[in-house]
Amino acid sequence: MLYLDKVSYTYSPGTAMAMPALHEVSLEIPDGQFIGIIGHTGSGKSTLIQHLNGLVKPTGGVIYYNGRDIWDEDFSRKELRTKVGLVFQYPEHQLFETTVVKDVEFGPRNMKLENLEVQLRTFEALKTVGISDELYDASPFDLSGGQKRRVAIAGVLAMKPEVLVLDEPTAGLDPAGRDEILEAIFRIKRERNITVILVSHSMEDVARFVDRIIVMEHGSVKYDGSPKEVFRNYKELEEIGLAAPDVTYLTAMLRERGVGLPDVATTVEEAADMIERYCKH
Amino acid sequence: MLRDITIGQYYPSGSVLHRLDPRVKLFWTLLYIVSMFVFNTFLGYVVAGVTLIVLIKISRVPFKFMVKGLKAVWMLLIFTLVLNLFMTSGEVIWQWKFLKLTREGIRTAVFMGLRLFFLIIGSSLMTLTTTPNQLTDGLETGLRGLKKIKVPVHELAMMMSIALRFIPILLEETDKIMKAQAARGADFDEGKFKDRVKALVPIFVPLFVSAFRRANDLAMAMEARCYRGDVNRTRMNPLKYKQIDRIAYLLQFVYLAVLICADKLLAPLLTKVLPML
Repeated sequence: MLYLDKVSYTYSPGTAMAMPALHEVSLEIPDGQFIGIIGHTGSGKSTLIQHLNGLVKPTGGVIYYNGRDIWDEDFSRKELRTKVGLVFQYPEHQLFETTVVKDVEFGPRNMKLENLEVQLRTFEALKTVGISDELYDASPFDLSGGQKRRVAIAGVLAMKPEVLVLDEPTAGLDPAGRDEILEAIFRIKRERNITVILVSHSMEDVARFVDRIIVMEHGSVKYDGSPKEVFRNYKELEEIGLAAPDVTYLTAMLRERGVGLPDVATTVEEAADMIERYCKH
Repeated sequence: MLRDITIGQYYPSGSVLHRLDPRVKLFWTLLYIVSMFVFNTFLGYVVAGVTLIVLIKISRVPFKFMVKGLKAVWMLLIFTLVLNLFMTSGEVIWQWKFLKLTREGIRTAVFMGLRLFFLIIGSSLMTLTTTPNQLTDGLETGLRGLKKIKVPVHELAMMMSIALRFIPILLEETDKIMKAQAARGADFDEGKFKDRVKALVPIFVPLFVSAFRRANDLAMAMEARCYRGDVNRTRMNPLKYKQIDRIAYLLQFVYLAVLICADKLLAPLLTKVLPML
């Protein structure tokens, strides 16, 4: 479990370029949750997630992992990074090895695992993200955009993290590549039952998968709740440059026009269900 | 970690120095560097030092920030100091085996160190108060005359501004790649020398790939807009001298005059009174 207690962060503190990025963010992230973080560019999402595995040291506040302060002197942040796997934006830009397998092995090898264990984890991770075995010995630079990204995700997954954080995993991909990535993430969640934190711009993606949404605005948490609780505030979300899924607008509009739906919907399936039940009534 | 490199970095504090015409600052820097080799007496150092301190105060760039940039040249400074300390012949005041410390050695070492220090701080003062774009603009306009002898001034300035523009981007990229690999358990500051060199491969390969990708994208974008550069190109903000720039030019010559007077006229007089200097 991750716990953030009033975490603040300022870039280049004490100079003319000082820029506050996070302001007293407090969060509790229990095991096994599927969380979506949304927010406008510069709202502090990316800075926030870099705190979760100790890549960035907060300028204020404390972060606890399973009850221990991660910036304690005897706390191993190197080990933490294998427990909290962080997939950066455009992770394919970090590929460097000559073959797909070797690149995925990089993480587990850094953990100094047995050779057999490394290979096992590598193949498992590649299978989970849906990379077929004829690509194992290909150069990662020869793959398509979506494939590269899945290999990069496998590279983090092979460390068997307990928390997987993904920063905009679908950015810059075509619809087919996007679906592949989202499917892979959903499969990871289902097969391993780990905590997954998804940073995204796409409200549809977020609404479809997650149990909980955190909305960031100017470095603080604006909303934190289930998709329905958060998207019910679609008007306020619009004011900070975000939007709810299209079906939320549709159901809200229907309700305004006097169609007696019980609530706004956040997924297409849910909306269809509601409307069907209303029509039968 | 990489954000600590301050050489060539701009520090926006909106001072008078920031508003000066870049040509003035370029000339100032050149003059200051040249002046470093003009004087040789204690008084000369005082004049140059005081001028620098006044300029730093005017620039409103924190001194701490500048000294951080010295980290990169720390080794050079120490090397110069040590070499001068022990390699200058003269009156020996301390000896250990082959190492001889001479009075002249100490004097040269201190003065050489100061000179280097002034040089570095002086030129970083220019880059800290001038954006890379202004700098290349200043260079291009300042060297316009060379076009007559077929020096591709504009192209050179363009190359320079692209290179300068890419420094922060590549630094940021390096920072990001290092973080990404650290998130995969990479370790950059532990282990034997061999391991540390090996640890650089996961950084440099993606960095080179991204540098080439960016270069390609930029070339493509320039091509797509039919970039032709130099000929018939007008500027949105042509460089124009203002009153303040003229004063700055004047002050440069005042500085030089004071320096030469102090060094060549005043110092010999002072030496008679205080022979140890």
